[in-house]
Amino acid sequence: MLEGLFGPFVEFSFMRRALVGCLALAVAAPVLGVFLMLRRTSLTAEVLAHGVTPGIAAGFLIAGLSVPAMSLGGLVAGLAVALGAGALSRATGGREDAALTALYLIALALGVTLVSLRGDTADLTHLLFGQVLGVDDEALLLMAGVATVTLPALALAWRPLALETFDPSFARAEGARGGLWHMLFLTLVVLNVLAAFQAMGTLMAVGLMMLPAVAARHWARELSGMAYAAVGIAALSAVAGLLASYHLDLPSGPAIVLTAGLAWALSVLAGPVDGLAARWLRRPHLAG
Amino acid sequence: MRGPELRIEHLTATHRRHPAVHHVSARFAPGSLTALVGPNGAGKTTLLRAVAGLHAPDEGHIHVSRPDGAAARVALLPQQSGMDRAFPILCRDVVLQGLWSRLGAFRGASAEDRDRAAHALEAVGLRGFERRPVSDMSAGQFQRLLFARLLVQDADLILLDEPFNAVDARTAADLLAMVHRWHGEGRTVVAVLHDLDLVRDEFPDCLLLARRKIAAGPTAEVLTAANRLEARRMAEAWDDAAPACSQAA
Repeated sequence: MLEGLFGPFVEFSFMRRALVGCLALAVAAPVLGVFLMLRRTSLTAEVLAHGVTPGIAAGFLIAGLSVPAMSLGGLVAGLAVALGAGALSRATGGREDAALTALYLIALALGVTLVSLRGDTADLTHLLFGQVLGVDDEALLLMAGVATVTLPALALAWRPLALETFDPSFARAEGARGGLWHMLFLTLVVLNVLAAFQAMGTLMAVGLMMLPAVAARHWARELSGMAYAAVGIAALSAVAGLLASYHLDLPSGPAIVLTAGLAWALSVLAGPVDGLAARWLRRPHLAG
Repeated sequence: MRGPELRIEHLTATHRRHPAVHHVSARFAPGSLTALVGPNGAGKTTLLRAVAGLHAPDEGHIHVSRPDGAAARVALLPQQSGMDRAFPILCRDVVLQGLWSRLGAFRGASAEDRDRAAHALEAVGLRGFERRPVSDMSAGQFQRLLFARLLVQDADLILLDEPFNAVDARTAADLLAMVHRWHGEGRTVVAVLHDLDLVRDEFPDCLLLARRKIAAGPTAEVLTAANRLEARRMAEAWDDAAPACSQAA
């Protein structure tokens, strides 16, 4: 039993690297996910994950599989999609989700096209699905670096972000600079998507960001509690997912996301806040 | 405390170029208690939002000036619909938001601040709610909570948008008592209201709005049958083919 839990990490350095990388993702990204969920913009992360692909692909075209080049390209593309969609929807009076959807579909197709110009199927697979078990030093540094930047930045932005989400008019009337903090927040989301992208690929990058966040809603009734719950669920999913992928010989990225999905399903079923079990149990009502 | 004077000059505020508030000028005396009345779509909310700095006017000016020349603190109680009442936040933390102008994004709340929040909750009849999430509250309780936040804000110009909507008679009476307390303390208060009996009984001054100003002054002189009939004649729908206003600057 213990051997099954720890053996793979003790024995293989690629498992240890994958573990460190995924834990780095798990401490920061789910907290962003909680805010995305509360702002009713859960899809933004997904859109940004696809939105970064043409930038990553451009980096790949220019410099091959180089982490700095691909990350820089992805950062530019991600910020362009995030800010572009906001500006576009304000300028045309349309809905932001519509503008985001249009942009990310174009971005994904463009990214795949760009990679196909030079790369082969293996490169495309790497782009789409990532390689948790193949994270190199640079990718690991990026993941750890992003987590290191994200946590203090979130701590600073915490109160304005919460206020802006809860009562935007009040935040504006009090001069809380909601727009500025929102930009910082979107930048953090893009950075985390890029870090996750190294391990999970463009299709699953937001799995560790959103699934634990959505699951956390069933474990806490207050913002900070939700954040803790989300990080805990993400970390557990990362470890369990890696172990499952090792023992059952599954692709590791999807295994981690599936584990997080399982955690979400369990939360919906048995979570203490608005879980289904609580409704089915029909305990007698209280006296007052 | 002597509240600020609020002066509105020739104010026009629009939604997609259609005026919601059209060339309105009005003066609210320091320490006055004024009801803002008018039919739906008369621009009452837009006027308040413009004064609070949430709606940029197309034309005209808004002056808020305290007798002592210091900067006036303005607080707006908005309608609840713009807020996320399912947000995972504790009542105490909502009340503490009222200290934003002093604490900002980073400074921590002191024990004294927490005390103040607790007292404010007690003052609105929500004693013991400090650690409850807002998602547990009824609409009336939530309105009391927003009043507690206003109390902590300690503003000298207080703008209330339909403060007694969706609350029961007892809550309305409690909240009204708080409005009178603010008035007694010399703060300037403007409240959007629909209940004209309440306005006649409790509000000394009144501004009747139907996009333009119909009448302003002592309530009894404003809420005459003739004035109310004129306000009701305001066309609810915008005129899509309206030309540019001849008075537009």
